[in-house]
Amino acid sequence: MHSVLIDLSYLVASALFILGLRGLAHPRTAVRGNLLGALGMLLAVVVTLTDRRIVGYEIIAAGLVVGSLIGLALALKIQMTAMPQMVALLNGFGGGASVLVAGTAGAEASLSTGPPPIDVATATVASGIIGAVTFWGSLVAYGKLQGVISERSVHLPAHQILNASLAAVAIGFGVWEVAANSTGWIYVAVVVASSVLGVMLTLPIGGADMPVVIALLNSYSGLAAAATGFVLSNNVLIIAGSLVGASGIILTRIMCKAMNRSLPNVLFGVIPPGKTGPAHDDIYAGKVKSVSGEEVAILFETARRVVIVPGYGMAVAQAQYAVRDLANLLESRGIEVEFAIHPVAGRMPGHMNVLLAEANVPYEKLKEMDAVNPGFEQTDVVLVIGANEVVNPLARTDPNCPIAGMPILDVDKARTVVVIKRSLSPGFAGIPNPLFAADNTLMFFSDGKEAVLQLVAAVKAT
Amino acid sequence: MDTLMTGLTVFVLALFVGFEVITKVPPTLHTPLMSGSNAISGITLIGALIAAGSEQTWLSTLLGFTAVVFATINVVGGFLVTHRMLAMFQQGKKR
Repeated sequence: MHSVLIDLSYLVASALFILGLRGLAHPRTAVRGNLLGALGMLLAVVVTLTDRRIVGYEIIAAGLVVGSLIGLALALKIQMTAMPQMVALLNGFGGGASVLVAGTAGAEASLSTGPPPIDVATATVASGIIGAVTFWGSLVAYGKLQGVISERSVHLPAHQILNASLAAVAIGFGVWEVAANSTGWIYVAVVVASSVLGVMLTLPIGGADMPVVIALLNSYSGLAAAATGFVLSNNVLIIAGSLVGASGIILTRIMCKAMNRSLPNVLFGVIPPGKTGPAHDDIYAGKVKSVSGEEVAILFETARRVVIVPGYGMAVAQAQYAVRDLANLLESRGIEVEFAIHPVAGRMPGHMNVLLAEANVPYEKLKEMDAVNPGFEQTDVVLVIGANEVVNPLARTDPNCPIAGMPILDVDKARTVVVIKRSLSPGFAGIPNPLFAADNTLMFFSDGKEAVLQLVAAVKAT
Repeated sequence: MDTLMTGLTVFVLALFVGFEVITKVPPTLHTPLMSGSNAISGITLIGALIAAGSEQTWLSTLLGFTAVVFATINVVGGFLVTHRMLAMFQQGKKR
């Protein structure tokens, strides 16, 4: 095909990507948006296959078949609870592909047309560094989320100095590659140093900070694709890459804001062990009231408005279907039921919404923190299931606690709060939660799913 | 230098478009946004196709093949899993 036609098709594909992302502005138009994006991709791939530089199709066909089969298997088999791992893995593959494409393109160019100009060489190095950090960082994130490696934060001695040295080595080799105007083993050195850097950057990050890291790696995978676009002088790669880069940056910022932490603090910060807030016993001793399912059902009888606050614990207990049944049951009794979703409720941005959507909870019922917070004073019963830090009032009151200033769901302002939890054990921040001992709080000590099933039975019996 | 300037112009403008479009995505759809945008970043596939198909050296062909596999997993897996999630949101609507 004529190269003008190819370029025009790439332009159409770019427009389809933008339209596709715009479709995601509403759940109603989102499916179509995603299909438009896929159509853009198909168009770009098909016209590329007519490119004159392609002389054989066997290798391409084999790669497409193998990749499609793996992609299909992953996408169809993955559980919704495991979506963070899936996205981490996909980020990694994107980054890995960018490293390989940029490296091969650089090598091929220097074989056929001599050493690449300085801008192309620089882009190749950028692609190699960002792509390798994305690939290995994503694999570590995957391992942590999947439980293959410890989810805890792993710190080596002088970790920051080590990281800074690795970054310096990677960039140093990169500058050498550009200056020496050669590809080949220097590029390999850049990629190896960046790979170690990717692992080292992700290892110190604990499970609770994963939403930030996945969003950040999402952004990197886009930027790596954009850098590869500069290597190939191909605008559709640059456009698609920067769209994804922007998306990842926005999500990273939202996640950081939801935890009241700066990005450097998430990436490099260590919570000082002394900052643990008030002692466990001072807060809980003699003040915690425990209830049974029947007692909570009696509360529901007189309630007009109930807000359910799901946390990651709900997903771990696989309680979302039981929760949906409870919500439907309460609604059939004329009670207004809403779900309050904290931005970091799951293991990645929007994760809790997907889990509830899977259980057929209509998305209109899922309320964001800012929308639901003013309504807690008019709420009769708040049901907290498997959430802890996101409802801890210490974030508002104790400026010395590790979660100080983190925006929380103000459930303590409701008339009654029922917390379903196995025990009084602390969450990821390792601090006690005064909510559990508050006058208007009742603790329902049980496994999440078990408790909700009991509630459903008890409400049906009344 | 001309191609570099054009590329940079496109890059910066596309970043702005990205910020404008993505800010309008509601938090409910942030997970599908990540997987869907991720599939779009699999556009590196078109570079991988040329690397694998130009058959210059066995090394570039091997690297190209690996790149095609990686990028295809990214594209196919990303769009499909996004579709699965978004379809669930629509079921919620119909009920």
